[in-house]
Amino acid sequence: MGKTLFEKIWEKHVVKQIEGGPSVFYIDKHFIHEVTSPQAFTGLNKRGIKVFRPEQTIATADHNVPTLNQHLPIKEELSRLQVEALKKNCAEHGVELYGLGHPFQGIVHVIGPELGITQPGMTIVCGDSHTSTHGAFGAIAFGIGTSEVEMVMATQCLLQSKPKLMRINIEGVLNEAVVSKDIILYIISKISASGATGYFVEYAGSAIRSLSMEARMTICNMSIEMGARGGMIAPDETTFHYIKGKTFAPQGEAWNHKLVYWKTLYTDADAKFDNEINIDAADIEPMITYGTNPGMGIGVTQKIPTADTVNENDRSGLSKSLAYMGLQEGAAIKGQKIDYVFIGSCTNSRIEDLRMVASFVKGKKKAAEVEVWIVPGSKQVEKQAIEEGIDKIFADAGFMLRQPGCSACLGMNEDKIPSGKYCISTSNRNFEGRQGAGARTLLASPLTAAAAAITGKVTDVRELISNTNQ
Amino acid sequence: MSIPLNIIKSCFVPLNIENVDTDQIIPARFLKATTKEGFGKNLFRDWRYENNDETKPKKGFVLNNPLYSGEILVAAKNFGCGSSREHAAWALKDYGFKAIVSSFFADIFKNNALNNGLLPVQVSDHFLQKIFSAIAKNPEAELEIDLEKQTIKLLDHSKHSSAEETFEINPYKKTCLLNGFDDIDYLLSLKKDIENFERSYTL
Ligand code: SF4
Repeated sequence: MGKTLFEKIWEKHVVKQIEGGPSVFYIDKHFIHEVTSPQAFTGLNKRGIKVFRPEQTIATADHNVPTLNQHLPIKEELSRLQVEALKKNCAEHGVELYGLGHPFQGIVHVIGPELGITQPGMTIVCGDSHTSTHGAFGAIAFGIGTSEVEMVMATQCLLQSKPKLMRINIEGVLNEAVVSKDIILYIISKISASGATGYFVEYAGSAIRSLSMEARMTICNMSIEMGARGGMIAPDETTFHYIKGKTFAPQGEAWNHKLVYWKTLYTDADAKFDNEINIDAADIEPMITYGTNPGMGIGVTQKIPTADTVNENDRSGLSKSLAYMGLQEGAAIKGQKIDYVFIGSCTNSRIEDLRMVASFVKGKKKAAEVEVWIVPGSKQVEKQAIEEGIDKIFADAGFMLRQPGCSACLGMNEDKIPSGKYCISTSNRNFEGRQGAGARTLLASPLTAAAAAITGKVTDVRELISNTNQ
Repeated sequence: MSIPLNIIKSCFVPLNIENVDTDQIIPARFLKATTKEGFGKNLFRDWRYENNDETKPKKGFVLNNPLYSGEILVAAKNFGCGSSREHAAWALKDYGFKAIVSSFFADIFKNNALNNGLLPVQVSDHFLQKIFSAIAKNPEAELEIDLEKQTIKLLDHSKHSSAEETFEINPYKKTCLLNGFDDIDYLLSLKKDIENFERSYTL
């Protein structure tokens, strides 16, 4: 029987199989950041050991950094101490750090790919659940907890049991103004926030193949929001083309050599999955969430579900969510007033996202009462946006271009949405309080978020795109 | 090394909410610490207190209800979804829980719990409903979890009744918990194997 893409990579990385237990699983790249690493370093120091393979470890500061005036010392004391602890730990253990001010600094899941560190066939982990992003390159990438961060630091290995495998096929051509964020929000709305728990997902089909690397990353990024351990897409010409020439990409002979291997990384025709789901791309419209988990999403023209249309178990969840969100069951989501627009996070802060927003808003102005934050995923994205003049388009529209970081994705650093305010956000989580205590989050694509920035309310972006192609 | 676990017999706290994500268990603003201690006081912070004010506990929230206490938290399905923050497991443990019972756990949370000597016990939907209805009638109902035998028993003294179910746990993890071993000690003992693997491995 043939093998899946996952199995091909998995088998190459098993150091040892424990009888009746997990595998000792080798990790190629370990990304770390300031929030989930300090306790792991403390653990190593207590054991009196150093990071085992510092050259396979890459650090950045992203979660807990301000996105304005990054050249000044961090004001908030605990945040500053956490960022300083990372600096000190990296120096002591010989780990390369792309900290504040470094030209490579940025959100961990944005910088890995854009620097060419993330490559097909790799195993990649990070103490952050959206590590699944890197799966877009045909890598096994997943989030881990701090104890596991310590394990990888100590031994470059993890103990892992092989997950079940699911394939989601999306065939056909996408509708106008439907982008990859809509695809993943649609999938999660269909299979629920726990629908893929215990699985590793491979995304396949013609609609996926047609996507750019940035768009593929958006999809793999949110795999965790349906409970999956990770998501992946087989590498192809689009992948190779993206990696070629990046800072840490293989070059010359090494490149040719790698390419031969990378081309073997696909699921064989006769390989078996534990579960397979088929989706017709034509069924997807621009999506938005109305509730407090990413599975609570609908097409922007649809109505919020009523209690009698959801199954009995979900009813109390629905009313609790709507009470928090201040929304009514059965109401239209279109037309809902918005206070903040956040375009950023490891889901949608890459140069392609910024370009998409810029080409849509060019010549338009934001609604007066809305505050719009655009937060590039990395220093490189920021630089490129400025070089391309995108910053001017944003300035003319009244959008605020901030500096790279996780920003309002997680209500940890200075960027928070005030209690009770509505924020349309390109990030990945709409949990209660995720963007700040009491904040109300509606997840959407960069285009749908940009449309709301212009009108001040939830808008069907298609009504604003007359004949421009996105 | 952590403290070995075996039998946990205790009253329990019923949290009948589905999809409890780790942002609720411990909100992001409390993740600035660089140690593992002291997270218990911020467990479920925004569900526990009005406007983040410790003098204003929210009456409706189960941790504030004097009827319920104990070393076991019982939650509805898909507990621990969302962010990978291990701080969620630290907070539950620091608060005093030794086991979490649910009909479904998110993967990363489950690993994080196991790595901190906090036992996730997955039961059937049916059994979970039984637990919730027992405590609704009798707040003194107890649970007895036997890790060695992999059983969970619901003890309802008022009815002199008990119900029992077995649960699954990875045999390797079970040995670790029973003995208080940790994965890092084990992996460190395999250093030679790992170096040999690296020598013969090309990506
Ligand atoms: S942007 Fe948000 S989801 Fe992504 S790594 Fe940062 S905090 Fe996590």
